[in-house]
Amino acid sequence: MSDATALPDAEATLVALAERMRGAVAYDAAFVGIYSGGAWLAERLPALVPGNHPVGYIDVSYYRDDYSRTGLKSGAKRTDLPFDVDGATIVLVDDVLFTGRSVRAAINELFDFGRPACIELAVLIDRGGRELPVEPTYCGARLTVARDLSVVLSRDADRLRLAVEKQER
Amino acid sequence: MRNPQLNANGELTHLLTLEGLPPDVIRGILDAATPFVSIAEREVKKVPLLRGKAVFNLFFENSTRTRTTFEIAAKRLSADVINLNIGASSTSKGETLLDTVDNLVAMDADIFVVRHSQSGAPHLIAAHLNAHGRTHVHVVNAGDGRHAHPTQGLLDLYTIRHYKREFHHLTVAIVGDVLHSRVARSLIHGLTTLGTPEVRVIGPKTLLPTAVQAMGVRVFHDMREGLRGCDVVVMLRLQNERMKGALLPSAGEFFKHYGLTQDKLSLAKPDVIVMHPGPMNRGVEIDSAVADGDRSVILPQVTFGIAVRMAVMSMIAGN
Repeated sequence: MSDATALPDAEATLVALAERMRGAVAYDAAFVGIYSGGAWLAERLPALVPGNHPVGYIDVSYYRDDYSRTGLKSGAKRTDLPFDVDGATIVLVDDVLFTGRSVRAAINELFDFGRPACIELAVLIDRGGRELPVEPTYCGARLTVARDLSVVLSRDADRLRLAVEKQER
Repeated sequence: MRNPQLNANGELTHLLTLEGLPPDVIRGILDAATPFVSIAEREVKKVPLLRGKAVFNLFFENSTRTRTTFEIAAKRLSADVINLNIGASSTSKGETLLDTVDNLVAMDADIFVVRHSQSGAPHLIAAHLNAHGRTHVHVVNAGDGRHAHPTQGLLDLYTIRHYKREFHHLTVAIVGDVLHSRVARSLIHGLTTLGTPEVRVIGPKTLLPTAVQAMGVRVFHDMREGLRGCDVVVMLRLQNERMKGALLPSAGEFFKHYGLTQDKLSLAKPDVIVMHPGPMNRGVEIDSAVADGDRSVILPQVTFGIAVRMAVMSMIAGN
C-alpha cells in the first residue's frame, strides 16, 4: 500500500530544511520540538543551523482538541522548556504538518509558560490538508498524500526515515 | 460479571477499589501521573483537559485533606469543582443517596468524588449510573468505610515506585491500626497486584483484621522483628475516632510498642523510606525525629497525590 518511491529521504529533507532556516532564523531562537518526531528534529537542528539555539520539547497531549472523542493518550511526556519563554523567539519544530491541530495545541501550551516575542514553525514535510489557518515558516518538502494515509517519521539508530501508513480511524 | 470499574473495552471508567484491577491498568495510571507532576512547576499551573466538565465533591464524611487535593487536581485540569457538604444538607432532610445523585446528574455532573462512612457507597452509585445508561458520568472513591481508598493506595504506589523503581524485590511493612484502615487495604491490594514479594503488617492483635493473612501478607506483632530488612515502612494513623471498646491500653503504651523511632527504624535497610498517609499523630504512631528525618517522604507523598488524582480523573473522564 505504501508508495516508497514517492517519499523523499528524511535525512536529505532535514538538510534542506536547515538550509532554508540558515540565515533566516534568529541567532538566539529556541528550537522546540513537538513529541515525538519533532523532538528528534529539534535535537538535530542546532548542529545544522548556525547560532545559539536552546532546545526544548513539548508534549501537546493535554491540549489536544480530540480528548473528548479519544480520551487520554498513554505515553504522554513531560514538556521541558529550559529557557525563559517570556520574550523568547521560538521555532516550533514538527515532523509532518497536516491539519494544523497539533500546532494550535502547541501554541496554546507555550502561552501557559509565558509570552514569547515571536513563534515560527519549521516542518520536515508539509502534506497539505489544513483544517486551521496554520502555515509553516520553514518547510523541508511538500507532498500530496491521500487523506486516509499517514506520513510517519521513525528513528532507527539516529537515522530518520519516512514511511506512509494506512491510518487507524 | 464485568468489573464495574471497567467499560466494555477494559478501560477504567470508575475508580472504586484497587482490588481486582488488572496490573496493566494500575501501571497505566502510575505512568499517566508522571507528566502531571511537572504541571505544578509552570507559570500557569493548569492544563485544559477537563475544561467545561463539572466535578462534584460528595463528602458524606469529613475530610479536609483529601477533599482539598481532589479540588486542586480538578482545578489544575480546568474542571469546575462543586463542593457539597452533604452532612449538612439533603441527607439530613431525608433524601436517599441515589436521589441526591440523580439530582446532581440532572445538573450535568461529569465526575463524582465520593467519600462515605459506609463501605460500598461509591460502588452503589457507580452501579446505579451504569444500570441507567449514564456511562458518561464517572465515580471516584475517595474513601468508603473500612473498605478502600484507592487514590491514596495509588499515590503510595507512585511514591514507592518513584524512590525504589520496581516492586519485585521489595519488602514493605505497614504498621499500626490496620483494622480500621482502608488505606492499608488499598495499598496491600496494589502491592500484591504489582508483584511485591513481601508485604508485612505489624500491629497488636486487637488492631489487625482477623484472617488478614488471606490478603497475602505476613503478620508481625513484634515491631522490631517486622521492621528488619524493610525497604519501605508505611505508618498508619491511630484512628481514635473509629475505636469502640478497649482495643488499646493507651496512646502512650501504643507508642512504646508500635511508634516509629529512629532506634526501631535502624533495623530496616539504610535506604528505607518512611511514609504516612496523614494526618500524623506525632508521638503516637511516629516520632517527630523520624517524621522530619531524612528517610521521610511524607511531604512528597502529598505532592504526588495531586498528580495521581489528575491522572485518574483525566483517564476516567475520557473513557
